[in-house]
Amino acid sequence: MAFSFNESSMNEFHKWGKKFPENPEGRRSLVIPALWISQWQNGYISKDVVNYVAEITGTEPLHVWGVTTFYTMFKREKTGKFFLQFCTNITCTLMGADQIFVNTCKKLGIKPGETTSDGKFTAVEVECLGACGSSPTLQVNDKYYTHMTESEVEKLIAEFRGAK
Amino acid sequence: MAENKVILDHIDDAGEQAIEAYQAHGGYKGLEKAMKQMTPAQILDEIKISNLRGRGGAGFPAGIKWSFIKRDAPGPKYLICNADEGEPGTFKDRKIMTSKPHIIIEGMIIAAYCMGLDTGYIYIRGEFFEPYQAMDKAIEEAYSKGFLGKNILGTGFNFDLHTYLGAGAYICGDETALMNSLEGKRGYPRLKPPFPAQFGLYGRPTTVHNVETFAAVAPIIANGGKWYSELGTPKSGGTKLFGISGHVERPGVYELSLGTPWKEFFEDIAGGVRGGKKLKAIIPGGSSTPVLLPHELEGMLLDYESIQSKGSMLGTGAVIVFDETTDMVKVAYRAMKFYAHESCGQCTPCREGCDWYYDILGRIYHGEGRIEDLDTLEDLAKYIGPNTICAFGDAFVTPMLAFIRKFRSEFMDYIEKGKYGLQAVLDAEKKSEEINHA
Ligand SMILES: Cc1cc2nc3c(=O)[nH]c(=O)nc-3n(C[C@H](O)[C@H](O)[C@H](O)COP(=O)(O)O)c2cc1C
Ligand code: SF4
Ligand code: FES
Repeated sequence: MAFSFNESSMNEFHKWGKKFPENPEGRRSLVIPALWISQWQNGYISKDVVNYVAEITGTEPLHVWGVTTFYTMFKREKTGKFFLQFCTNITCTLMGADQIFVNTCKKLGIKPGETTSDGKFTAVEVECLGACGSSPTLQVNDKYYTHMTESEVEKLIAEFRGAK
Repeated sequence: MAENKVILDHIDDAGEQAIEAYQAHGGYKGLEKAMKQMTPAQILDEIKISNLRGRGGAGFPAGIKWSFIKRDAPGPKYLICNADEGEPGTFKDRKIMTSKPHIIIEGMIIAAYCMGLDTGYIYIRGEFFEPYQAMDKAIEEAYSKGFLGKNILGTGFNFDLHTYLGAGAYICGDETALMNSLEGKRGYPRLKPPFPAQFGLYGRPTTVHNVETFAAVAPIIANGGKWYSELGTPKSGGTKLFGISGHVERPGVYELSLGTPWKEFFEDIAGGVRGGKKLKAIIPGGSSTPVLLPHELEGMLLDYESIQSKGSMLGTGAVIVFDETTDMVKVAYRAMKFYAHESCGQCTPCREGCDWYYDILGRIYHGEGRIEDLDTLEDLAKYIGPNTICAFGDAFVTPMLAFIRKFRSEFMDYIEKGKYGLQAVLDAEKKSEEINHA
């Protein structure tokens, strides 16, 4: 099915439209915001999303695809409802993050990067999240969780499992 | 010497994010003074006198940067706040954005007024969703008070300010990559010259500063450039935020006068090594600055010149502390993984060099190193740094060489004995790398 913005996405898109010059260059600046809004609505960037974003920003699908693949936060496939992003950069690993990550994957029964069979959790390793003073840092969807330990992560996962 | 809070003043008070609280503590007084009592030339003078240097890593004097812009040149001109904060170990900008967003906005308006710029963008890394929301809210408040928009404070000066959200790419912290990203493109750094002051966003004159640099502007104008300069040393004016993390008793963000002795900061303020262990090394300014050994820290002051004289850099002021138990080969390998992941791939020496470094460090770490590996790394380095478009090449080569030179015996242990072969853990790591690397 072809993708298009729902009403609230369209409102958000118009809000972003006011930030840039009213010319083709300004419209091209909307590629990344449009990809974000699409991902918030659709969960990931599908081929249909790419075509749609190209259309509404006056750019080519190939350009939009090039942008999509450059930025790691744009997902090219569906992930679990709770997207667990473990920072394992220098400070977080000093504080044990690499072990927490490996063991959490084991407990979830997945390999790094995979999604649990119930579609609830995906676990990935990410680079420094800019919260090293309260490391290890875990980002779940948009939210940061700090001072993580294995048991804290386990508690969080149990909470998410219970959530609707 | 204790902390010296200029930017961090009141930052931990509940509600300091709101414009009312910020104003109750003197916020927007600097803006009023700048716009009602000073000429743009006088503002520029104060910034020059203040000795404020860019806090984004390179330390370029702000006053000089501002003077590159021709205020009366016709057509749009842009101001960009670099809030891409991605240098591993750095976590100061996020704190300012979430806890005291108005100090950034106030500084940006003063800068825009001084340089005659009409539109500003705050480029926030995609992971910083909460800071992004905080900045949006603060911008809305500033508009409603008449500090942004048309005819600011009745002076006839117009300035619009917007947030922008990145999407996960360390390289977009480079100001020219950032501008390409803002233009809706892949975040590729541009060849310089031309510099942003001539050819910036949409090819127009543009000034880019780090979050912390803008945050220092309003206090400077409110209290005078001389006052600010004297908080630091003659060459490194003012205060600087230092984020300390890793094996330290009290990690966090601290604001210190530039020139504060390292020893006082580390021992008295941050509490020294965690759990009474011995210090093995530190990284002074983010992962791209060379590692320093305890004997190199003797007599070191926290300012640009002193850290440079020790063979490293102040960088972003992001100190990472390693205690005696730290496996430095693992640290180097993990840091290199970051660079291999983040190289934008435009320049062959950087793109291939990153992969080679990562592969070689990987085989050393996995117990399969060869005797000649360290020499190969030294040799490769000569071909990378000088042959790249942006500073990223140097940013990984310099710290990597410091690791292998200063901890040579540890690397040789790995090569000769493969002594830490924890196969199970490593296999799992290898797999995760394959996935993250794909
Ligand atoms: C690879 C690379 C990454 C960078 N990342 C950042 C960053 O995250 N934040 C930042 O403010 N500056 C970063 N910079 C420096 C910017 O290019 C630029 O110098 C800075 O934003 C200017 O601000 P300042 O004058 O206030 O320091 C980076 C530079 C390079 C080469
Ligand atoms: S040096 Fe590296 S990061 Fe910089 S432009 Fe070249 S390939 Fe990209
Ligand atoms: S190293 Fe993990 S948040 Fe910086």
